[in-house]
Amino acid sequence: MSNQDLLTQPDATGRYGSYGGVYVPETLHHAIAQLAAEYEKARHDENFRKQFEDILRDYVGRPTPLQFARRLTQHVDGAQIWLKREDLAHTGAHKINNALGQALLTLRMGKKRIIAETGAGQHGVATATAAAFLGLKCDVFMGVEDMRRQRPNVLRMKLLGATVVPVDSGSRTLKDATNAAMRDWMATSVDTHYIIGSVVGPHPFPMIVRDFQAVIGREARRQALEQMGKLPDCLIACVGGGSNAAGLFYPFVGDEAVAMIGVEAGGRGSRLGDHAASICFGKPGVLHGSLSYVLQDDDGQTSPVHSISAGLDYPGVGPEHASWADAKRVSYTNVTDADAMKAFSLLTGTEGIIPALESSHAIAEAVKRAPIMKKDQIILVNLSGRGDKDLDEVTRLLGDKT
Amino acid sequence: MNRIDQIFADLRNTFGGGGKALMPYLTAGDPDIVTTGRLIDAAAEAGAAVCEIGFPFSDPIADGPVIEASMTLALQQGLKVEQVLGMAAAARKRHPRLGMMAMLSYSIVYRWGLQRFMAKVKAAGFDGLILPDLPLEEAPAAAQAIKDQGLVLSMLIAPTSDDDRAARIAGQCSGFVYVLSRAGITGERAELPPQLSQRIEHLRRITKLPLAVGFGVSTAEHVRQVTAAADAAIVGSAVMRRVAEHRSQGPDRVVEDVRKFLSELVKGLERRA
Repeated sequence: MSNQDLLTQPDATGRYGSYGGVYVPETLHHAIAQLAAEYEKARHDENFRKQFEDILRDYVGRPTPLQFARRLTQHVDGAQIWLKREDLAHTGAHKINNALGQALLTLRMGKKRIIAETGAGQHGVATATAAAFLGLKCDVFMGVEDMRRQRPNVLRMKLLGATVVPVDSGSRTLKDATNAAMRDWMATSVDTHYIIGSVVGPHPFPMIVRDFQAVIGREARRQALEQMGKLPDCLIACVGGGSNAAGLFYPFVGDEAVAMIGVEAGGRGSRLGDHAASICFGKPGVLHGSLSYVLQDDDGQTSPVHSISAGLDYPGVGPEHASWADAKRVSYTNVTDADAMKAFSLLTGTEGIIPALESSHAIAEAVKRAPIMKKDQIILVNLSGRGDKDLDEVTRLLGDKT
Repeated sequence: MNRIDQIFADLRNTFGGGGKALMPYLTAGDPDIVTTGRLIDAAAEAGAAVCEIGFPFSDPIADGPVIEASMTLALQQGLKVEQVLGMAAAARKRHPRLGMMAMLSYSIVYRWGLQRFMAKVKAAGFDGLILPDLPLEEAPAAAQAIKDQGLVLSMLIAPTSDDDRAARIAGQCSGFVYVLSRAGITGERAELPPQLSQRIEHLRRITKLPLAVGFGVSTAEHVRQVTAAADAAIVGSAVMRRVAEHRSQGPDRVVEDVRKFLSELVKGLERRA
């Protein structure tokens, strides 16, 4: 596929090459068709665009800065590292961009309630925030294992007025929270919209989430030209479902000179069950409504996954990433739990920024690559979220070393 | 003629055209795969015309807590697709006239490969498939592979499917059409939706295929209400709840209770003279 083909994805049937599609029970067809029709109207509606942009500016605090990481760059002694500071967006991560966009679509559809799945809790917090801001009722599904790992975010959601529904089935993490949210939606779609938090799920979700997150890449591209006078040589973002990466990469897909690297969760190693690196180690399969790379056994049963980071702990990835991987437009790699932890401490010590464990995977990859690049080259890393939510988990892992 | 077509043709020739079918659903591997075979025996003896055999899946998004838990249990015991196929092949030998439908997620089918999986399903003695997460838009390739094996494909029509869509879904179906009594996931209900028989009568104008109603059908009275209008009643969660309740008392007790329950449900089948 050419870059031009990649830019016009998905096609009318929701396909990114052979990936994507709509694999959902008939019960959801009506709600999904309604969403697709409403989004089509909204994206050509100047008022909707203006309303969304105003909220992003006045409420979210966009544009988020593009910052030269001076001391980190000195430390790695190689290419310059710049950070797209999504951690400074309201609620502390990029997730708010999509949550607000879809909450506005909910209002347009005349629905009163939003539901969401969450892993790290960032999407749950973002959705609960959008609900409070726009006056919607909100239920967030969260695996009980993730509720333990991300306790501060559970408290935030409750304070924001959302109900956090504990999910105690299966692996008790993000994929099971997603199942629970889909089940709820099947019975409630008349008055409820399901705000999927990543570029996954049945069409049109991967496209809608990418479009709402593409503000990251559009800003970064403009800021790079203003602040560096050129485009970066390389973009790096972490990939679980892949929304922050899709948002950063999509506006650069046509810029052939810009390399792009998606960093998956390498966990404890390459054995099935020890990581959450669907593109690096998985195969094409169907999960949660679309065809993409997934981690499954030979019978198509979803495999257990592991990552230090609850937000990357997902056995699938967005279909557009699958198509970018096959077209070799983006290269996908993975970073272990241990290297992500090192990057977490390194960024905190050199820049005074506590990154989310998810984003720490992207930092780790930049730290690996910068020394083998030239000093006038530029790496732009998406710092997708801040790490306050991870302090309990990091303290537990580092023990006395903190 | 496919066995499912034969079963419904025979029913239409009995009881003055009023013969109806009971279709119990069983999750393969709950409480264990051997007992699933015995539950099929019990269903056939009780008078079920067709059995739906659910292949456990790790992420059953259309299923409520009872069936999800039964699938989780089966998978925790390490159940593989090959074992389900082997169990079905043995059941087919014992019950040459029983209809057997494989009900499973398209995720499993995709991973096995369409042609390869359909050949396996055929060889195991199944008559057709129900793929609840394969909607109309994605169905044509699977429908062809299923037809190539002489199997039937029963697709789902929801209360929210409009007439045009219902007609197109029925157009991809063979054997029978699976009519969802309501939106949402599988699970028992105290009452069926009040508009159900009108909906069935309306769907009769859209398709000539037999209509089977599932989701929420839980009692003999429900079976009577459903089959007063439709051709078959599908009972899933109510059966698997009984399996779950008696699991700890051993397989004999599970089989006995399910046999009793299904015999009671069969009494609800409308017999118009």
